[in-house]
Amino acid sequence: MTAKPAAQTAKGRSVARRVWSVVALPLVSILLALIVGAVIILGSELVIPGQAFDPLLPARAYIALLEGAIGLPPALNPLVSTLVATAPLVLGGLSVAFGFKSGLFNIGAQGQFLMGAIGAVAAAIAVSGQPSIVAIPVAVAGGMLAGAIWGFIPGILKALSGAHEVVTTIMLNYVAISLFAWIVAGPLAVPGAPSPITPDVGNAAYPILIGRGGHLGLLVALAAVGIVAWLLYRTTFGFEVRTAGANPDAARYAGMRPRVLIVVTMSICGLLAGLAGAGDVLGTQHHVTSSYGTTVGFDSIAVALLGRSNPVGVLFAALLFGAMRSGASLMQISAGIPAQLVDVLQATILLFLVATPVIQRLFSLRGTKTGIDAPGTFTKTYVSGEPTVG
Amino acid sequence: MTTESPSVPSPAPALEMRGITKRYPGVVANDHIDLDVRPGEIHALLGENGAGKTTLMNILYGLARPDEGEILLDGTPVRISGPSDAIARGISMVHQHFMLVPVLTVAENILLGEETMAGPVFIDQNEARKRIRELGKRFHFEIDPDAKVGTLSVGWQQRVEILKALYRQAQILVLDEPTAVLTPQETEEIFAVLRRLAAEGHSIVFISHKLYEVLEIADRITVIRRGKVVGTRLPAETNEDDLAELMVGREVQLTVDRGDSHPADVVIRLEGLKVADDRGSEVVRSVDLEVRAGEILGIAGVAGNGQDELVEALVGLRRPTAGKITLDGRDVTGKGPRHMNEAGVAFVPADRQRFGLVLTFDVADNLVLTSYYRSPYARGILRNESAIEAAAKKTVAAFDIRTPSVRARLSTLSGGNQQKVVVGREFDRTLSLLILDQPTRGLDVGSIEFIHRRTIEQRDAGTAILLVSAELDEVLELSDRIAVMYRGRVVAILDGRTADKNEVGLLMATGGRERAPAAALDQAST
Repeated sequence: MTAKPAAQTAKGRSVARRVWSVVALPLVSILLALIVGAVIILGSELVIPGQAFDPLLPARAYIALLEGAIGLPPALNPLVSTLVATAPLVLGGLSVAFGFKSGLFNIGAQGQFLMGAIGAVAAAIAVSGQPSIVAIPVAVAGGMLAGAIWGFIPGILKALSGAHEVVTTIMLNYVAISLFAWIVAGPLAVPGAPSPITPDVGNAAYPILIGRGGHLGLLVALAAVGIVAWLLYRTTFGFEVRTAGANPDAARYAGMRPRVLIVVTMSICGLLAGLAGAGDVLGTQHHVTSSYGTTVGFDSIAVALLGRSNPVGVLFAALLFGAMRSGASLMQISAGIPAQLVDVLQATILLFLVATPVIQRLFSLRGTKTGIDAPGTFTKTYVSGEPTVG
Repeated sequence: MTTESPSVPSPAPALEMRGITKRYPGVVANDHIDLDVRPGEIHALLGENGAGKTTLMNILYGLARPDEGEILLDGTPVRISGPSDAIARGISMVHQHFMLVPVLTVAENILLGEETMAGPVFIDQNEARKRIRELGKRFHFEIDPDAKVGTLSVGWQQRVEILKALYRQAQILVLDEPTAVLTPQETEEIFAVLRRLAAEGHSIVFISHKLYEVLEIADRITVIRRGKVVGTRLPAETNEDDLAELMVGREVQLTVDRGDSHPADVVIRLEGLKVADDRGSEVVRSVDLEVRAGEILGIAGVAGNGQDELVEALVGLRRPTAGKITLDGRDVTGKGPRHMNEAGVAFVPADRQRFGLVLTFDVADNLVLTSYYRSPYARGILRNESAIEAAAKKTVAAFDIRTPSVRARLSTLSGGNQQKVVVGREFDRTLSLLILDQPTRGLDVGSIEFIHRRTIEQRDAGTAILLVSAELDEVLELSDRIAVMYRGRVVAILDGRTADKNEVGLLMATGGRERAPAAALDQAST
């Protein structure tokens, strides 16, 4: 019986190893992306003439990025603005992650986000006279409904005809952009305005809870993490979603209805992305113009991948991306590095994530998978479109 | 220390594994295993699931690294860094779970991996096709190199795996359960192939749980139990009982005492049932069958003669194109899996990893895969974790599923224990019809004994049982009646107690004496 403590440490080690197997890949990807970013900064110094070469510029840029994101020393306002940038990414990331969990690749978060934004504005205008206690829920519901419809369409198309959701959601993104522009310039436009703009959301605006601009949407995003996790892991519906994602044949065998699941899941994806759009207009913008530019829906895909489709992972991934977005302007001002470097960093993180097998080989991150499973993993990865089969 | 056989003069072994030890957290999978295989020898490796055979072979194939011990090829110590290294050294493996890409053709699958080997930049596909056809002809399984592997039956996929190894001109061939899905005739053909390969000087490691097969084909037999070599035997000096005892560590009853059956009312009746496969061609062509409560109807047939599709239609996974299915007097034609499940139909699928299980889920979740939505496993829309866990613990104990805990990931269990999870889930309730499709494929004698005993118990409890198995012995041993399927039709129904193995085998291969054997050939490639 002397084996018991040994067994316990072995158990502790295996838990640590499991945690490591989940977070190792994202962390390594982030680190590699920072290195690539540094190389790009140094390279740009060489090709841009008339400047003294500063080997420490990457370090200065990253420090400025950090300062912009949280403040040095950490201060309330930069932290709040990071959280404000994070909130829509959390919801968008959850939207994409929820799809991944059931084996669906929702590239349409962008369109669903836009529909959610315009839906929330439309609902807010419809109840403009009402007090906040009525107006906010109505506007939020309007955003969620509009997003859900934009998720329902590819869902029903796939269920009825097998049309692949990657194709339909991409196309619906374009439809959403045009529809959005038309609504802003047409039905919802403020008459006589010099350029297309909607009225203010008025009482439907999220109240500010903390610091400069720290609105109710932060809590909404946090609550959504809990609700999605609860839905996935505590309900029978979540079990069906996860089964369909992990093994569609087994889901059919178990009597789950894959077509219904696809439609409901895609609608929930749309609802979450729509909630993200609603949060952005009700919390920050308060109205939309036809030049309402956002890439939240696309960034959400990267967030979901980095978060390994896990709701809590999505939260952390969104925080990272939100911090980078929020810190980018200070980096541009004080280190002279264009804010677009953040896009480069995001894209590079994603590339490293997608190159999972390469990274795993380079850093011998085997995770919990044995080599025997490897070929199966590859096909599964390829088929489900989710490179991080955890 | 050495397990030298007394009677055979020993040429230098083509492969020698010395003191191989591999530890995983909590288990010693291989404990100082010695194994030597001589040129031209067929060496059988016998052992229960989880005994460590697969680990040993993964070490040989470079998929796992031993903690201790060394590998010698032709007397030279080598370090095998991975599968491609193993292949380059002339070691080829036919896996228990096929490692084929379903969307690629036979030729593409066989060439898979070749492109990374030294050689020309472009692969001559036509040349490859020609070679595949030649190999197929030489070893008696003519196969269309352009057929998509995903559309092939399990039996044909197995042959692709074997062809792949032959194509690579392996010197040392490792076959993991190669005959699991073959008929006796096909097994004989494969054995002839293996003997020819051995005569040409190839060394063959033959992994199997089938004692009689091992006795028939092997030159020497090494038995492994719980990671250790427990004995090496020459076939002439041993018998099935001796091997089974060596393997399991206790006396094993090799044949179940099935007792008498007491068939009662008809539970399921098929009338003129027609079913199409994924490509739309009719593979079940008007089948009439009935199974009574308290009897086992065995369906014998070569893989790919419509059994899989028939079974899928019965459990609601596939819509029949014509005909009628009546369950307990009610028409259930075209009903879905949920309906059939609730009507008391349980199904142990042939491809357990595809249909029966979710490998990334834990044991408990797999045990409620078909009942997760019902009380007590669900309260409204909420999962009842404590009920799920409690039920899982009961089933794990009742069916002797060896797992560290009910929350262990299913992929960490051995094949036999994975199958016990399926069996435990499907057997553990009151049933009217139990459909078993290859229930013991790839299992060891201990697990087979267990599942057979449970099946007989279910029958005696009044369940109607439909057994589909490519294992003719299993069909003969368990069935009260035997239906032989050939090209989508039931060509004969025989009494299970009096049926003769050769007669059934012939019916399986030719569809009946009145049909000329040559007629089977045009079917071979479909």
